[in-house]
Amino acid sequence: MASTAIRQPAVPVASAARRKPARLWHIVVFLAPAALIYTAFLVLPLIATLQQSLFVAKGNAVVFAGLENFRRLFGDPHWSGQFWNALRNNLWFFVVNMCVQNPVGIGLAALLSAKKLRFRGAYRTAIFVPTILSFVIVGFSWELILSPLWGIAPHLLRLVGLRHWFAPWLGDAHTALTTLALVSVWQFIGIPMMLIYAALLNIPEEVLEAAEIDGLSGMAQFWKIKLPLIWPTIGIISILTFVGNFNAFDLIYVTQGALAGPNYSTDILGTFLYRTFFGFQLQEGDPHMGSAVATVMFFIILGGVSLYLFGIQRRLRRYQL
Amino acid sequence: MGRRTSPVSLARTASMHAVLAAYTVIALFPVFVIVVNAFKNRRGIFLAPLALPDSRTFSLTGFQTVLSQGHFVRYFENSLIVTLSSLVLVLLFGAMAAFALSEYRFRGNTLTGLYLAIGIMIPIRLGTIAILQTMVASGLVNSLAALVLVYVAQGLPLAIFILSEFMRQVSDDLKNAGRIDGLNEYVIFFRLVLPLVRPAMATVAVFTMIPIWNDLWFPLILAPSDATKTVTLGTQMFLGEFVTNWNAVLAALSLAMLPVLVLYVIFSRQMIRGITSGAVK
Repeated sequence: MASTAIRQPAVPVASAARRKPARLWHIVVFLAPAALIYTAFLVLPLIATLQQSLFVAKGNAVVFAGLENFRRLFGDPHWSGQFWNALRNNLWFFVVNMCVQNPVGIGLAALLSAKKLRFRGAYRTAIFVPTILSFVIVGFSWELILSPLWGIAPHLLRLVGLRHWFAPWLGDAHTALTTLALVSVWQFIGIPMMLIYAALLNIPEEVLEAAEIDGLSGMAQFWKIKLPLIWPTIGIISILTFVGNFNAFDLIYVTQGALAGPNYSTDILGTFLYRTFFGFQLQEGDPHMGSAVATVMFFIILGGVSLYLFGIQRRLRRYQL
Repeated sequence: MGRRTSPVSLARTASMHAVLAAYTVIALFPVFVIVVNAFKNRRGIFLAPLALPDSRTFSLTGFQTVLSQGHFVRYFENSLIVTLSSLVLVLLFGAMAAFALSEYRFRGNTLTGLYLAIGIMIPIRLGTIAILQTMVASGLVNSLAALVLVYVAQGLPLAIFILSEFMRQVSDDLKNAGRIDGLNEYVIFFRLVLPLVRPAMATVAVFTMIPIWNDLWFPLILAPSDATKTVTLGTQMFLGEFVTNWNAVLAALSLAMLPVLVLYVIFSRQMIRGITSGAVK
């Protein structure tokens, strides 16, 4: 067993032959702590959750119920109404995040990577500040700033002559979700900005010089040379945003509570899962129904990730630099 | 090269600075408003929210309320213990696993790598229900250890992925030279390989630390007792309780922000270098 486990030694054969049994031990010792903790607290709970979604509680006993929980989730109007609402909201949350964060992030990164820019470090440091703050700080701060009680937002809008624009955005079912999505963009813009900035800096000088000799500079150079080179980075950012948005919870919980008001207009899958599992108001918490919601979230995320890995990532051309 | 600054390029530079400065204001404005108003009395907060505190409006009542009512020092200790322990374990165990995957060829190597990478894309939160049941069964609910275990599991996949990419670039000659000199595998790992992947460790540290420090979900579910609250959960609960006391709310937000901001200002260069991993000179 020990000797068949090693196919090709990485060190010269003579010494490898002598070291073989010891090697297997090394592999085990180096891998074991990570593999054990990861398996015990990430993989097994995930499997257990998927499994629990197939059971229901009958009195004190737990019995196998097949897809009963899913039938209720998609078929029972009480559940399906909430579920589709949360999924729709979650999709919108993601769309707003993508459509604002990517262009703004690319724009800021392009400006930051300009040659001979002064105060580059200061800008970079400042724009990344919101990313290090917790959802609790971010959510509450924006709630205060947008509050009609305090009046900072209307005051600022008056300064630029747009006072009539102001509305209690977080309290209005039509605008609350979009407002929170924009707050989320504000918080995380540092990540796309920084990753794209790094990707732009990685473009070799010779490539850009060659472009300039061919008469491509400024915006034309950005569209024709730089943007194609950073598509893979934008792809990674998009999938990270997708996964992050589809298990988001904190920002909504902090600003709107577990009921994701007003009138569930900001309810996303994370808050829906929380309510289903722990219960709220008159409804009792239900671990099996909660597991069913988590299972659906699992397949949504798995679907999105697979679509990216097999559908999109392969088509993104990577250029050897 | 050698070109004089033309009016056109001057205008371009000016507009670039205008855009960046405008966004900087957007990024920092909420922080500024909160911290400035935390040092004012109620009148000052409502009458002139954008003004700096002066002799008539300066007040520390908010901070007094926070310090007498909340247990912020304890929450900070809890957050520090949880974040630092998780970070150390993620870096150590992650680097060890990455070394095994990048250094030794064995049957199932690729498969193990893939298995350990699942957690990058599938969020650990989806297993929360079973995690809570495990913690209840093992008596770890309301303990910092529960949080550390979960955060280590959460941080490992990305750590292993990034570190093994970097470890593949460490020269084989160097390691083999060490082996010929009679160094054992552990010495090679700790003394030769780890120092060479320090920039990657910095990247991993940043990506591990921030989400742990800022997490609300697991402290809320696994360790909500007053003795184990982290600063994120403690702030959230305090804010919920004192929501109508503006002085206290602003002071609590400032207290939660300031230490993170101070640390960030001190370490921002290393952090940003970590994120862009070596791309920034």
